[in-house]
Formats: sequence, C-alpha cells, structure tokens
Amino acid sequence: MRPLSPTKPPAGRTEQIILFRVSGQIFAVSSASVQEVRGVDSLSGAAKDMAYPGLRKVKHFVRRGENSVYVVNAAMHFGLPPAPAALVFVLRRTRTALLIDGIEKMTSMSRLQALPLAYCHEERNWYRGLTALDQTVVPVIKPDGFLTPDELFLLDASLSQEADAEASRDAERNDRSDEQEEPRDQQDTSVTQ
Amino acid sequence: MTPIPETDLQSFVLLRLGDRRFAVMANQIAELVAPSRIFRFPHRTSEVEGVILRRGRIVPVCDVAEKLIGRGLKSRRFYLIAQRRYDSQTEWVALPVTGDCELINAEMTLPSDTDAPHVSGWLSHAGDVIEVLNLSALTPGPTGVSPIAAPLQQQEARL
Repeated sequence: MRPLSPTKPPAGRTEQIILFRVSGQIFAVSSASVQEVRGVDSLSGAAKDMAYPGLRKVKHFVRRGENSVYVVNAAMHFGLPPAPAALVFVLRRTRTALLIDGIEKMTSMSRLQALPLAYCHEERNWYRGLTALDQTVVPVIKPDGFLTPDELFLLDASLSQEADAEASRDAERNDRSDEQEEPRDQQDTSVTQ
Repeated sequence: MTPIPETDLQSFVLLRLGDRRFAVMANQIAELVAPSRIFRFPHRTSEVEGVILRRGRIVPVCDVAEKLIGRGLKSRRFYLIAQRRYDSQTEWVALPVTGDCELINAEMTLPSDTDAPHVSGWLSHAGDVIEVLNLSALTPGPTGVSPIAAPLQQQEARL
C-alpha cells in the first residue's frame, strides 16, 4: 500500500489591492481597477476647470479621446475633512479619476465580506465590501460608485452647455469684430467716392 | 394564584442601558462579548457606529440607547451580539450595553397598537415592566433586501 501523498490545501483565491489614504482614512481598491496612478502636478497641465454647483466634489475634468474623465475629490465624496491631494487614480472602465492623499501599500486580500446590511444608505454604492487585514477592517471601494449615471449625465450636459456657450461667445466676438471692420470699409468707400 | 404553564414561558435576555432594562428574545442572541476596537469608515447611516471583528466576522455596532433612553451611552460594558433579520437573511449586530445581562424565562404580553414599532411585547419581571425589543425596527436596514436566503451567515461578496 502506497503511503498517502501529503495533500496540499487548495490555495485560496486572492486579489491584489492597493491601500490608499484619504484624509487619514485607509481605503482599498483592487489593483485591476486602477488604470493609472499619476501625480497631481502631472495632471494639472491636462486638466481643465469646471464647476457644477450640485457636485462640488468634481472641479476638474480631462479629455480622453471623445470622453471626459471627471476628477473626483475623494475626501469630499466621503465627507472627510479636506486634505491636500498628491496622487490621482485613473479608474479603469469608469470615467472617474480619484484625487487621493497617497498610497499606503500594495497587498492582497483573500476574503471580501459584503457590507453589513445595517449600512443602508449611500455607502452601499461606495463600497464593494469590507476586508480584514492585519486585525483591522478596510473598506474596499467600488470604482463606479463615485459618480452615478445621473451625475455623469449632468456633468456631460454641463460641459456641453459650457461648450455651446463658449461657441456662441466666439461667434458673437467674431460678429462684433466684423461689424467694427465694416464701418471702416464704408468710410473708406465714401472717401473714395 | 395560578402558576403559568411552562409552555407559555419563553427565554429572554435582559440587557441594561443606563438605568433601564430591556429584553430581547434569547433565540436572537449569539453572545455577549467584552468591548473591542471599533473600526470606523465613512458612511451615511447615522445609527451605525462602526464595525468590530468577531470570530472572523465583521459585525456592525448599533448604539440603540439614543432611541431607547434618549441619550447615547457614555460607558459600555459589553456588546450583546444579536441576530437581526432582514427578510429572509439574518446578520449579526452588536448592541452596546452598560451592565450585565441576565437570562430569564417569562411570559410575554403582546404589544398594543399604540406601542412604538420597536416594542415586540412586554414582560413583567421582578416588579418591573420591561419592553421586549424588535431589533428589526430598532436597528437600521434596507427596506427591500434580496430574497436569497443566507441563514445566519453574512453573505460573502464575490472576489
């Protein structure tokens, strides 16, 4: 009889995550959800200002091809005290870039526990769940939970209105400059007549 | 005096909040534990303080004192971990309490129409009339929850 070969316990599935800080609070995001990590300075050249009164957490956007990516201030989104942001996560498969204070570390989680049902407000859209790491509990964010489809619609509409307004201002400016040139022509004509 | 038949008696856990006592049906109680570190993260459900880690589970802490005695607890001696029903799903919630808890057998009187929704009945014990708490009305939860049954275990999200 052959001795039993030692059975290896099945390796649990793990997921790579990035722990990051916002106003001193630690959050986790799946590494697979982060497309780019950029310094705030490197973004400032490409980012344009915007202001939508109902969404103060979005103050900038970046054009990416035909789409606009909206820069969300994570501290304002979570209702945390403002803190100077140093990094931006561009989140994959979303139109959100997230302003954060900094990265804590990269690690992996083996278990994601659903957010307890006692949490029954907006936070259900913010988090995929909670994970226990080194005897602490860290919320794992939902990348598409920062801007709802309605909010994206409003932001897009606001940008499009702004673009229309800008276009009409340009047209007005052109008309005015044409009008200013016209009398001079007429004057010139009268002189020659 | 006619003795109450044993079949009418039910088990309850008496808990103390400040100087008042309340009761929860004993079959809804998982355990009584010493206070441990509360982990907090941003959220919008004011009735939830944070979560504790207990036996590998993440358990929300709901201070029900504000609703029941009109003020939050300054000191807490234990967390009473109870099962809270959400439609067909049950999850643990930790209720901070200020004193020892006691297991009793008593007969419950059903609530009247004028009682608050968090009252699921009344007990008479040691000269006190004690509210039996309806945790579903007392602790927060969504109004419509998925009907998938997940008895007693918190659902694990998919990785």
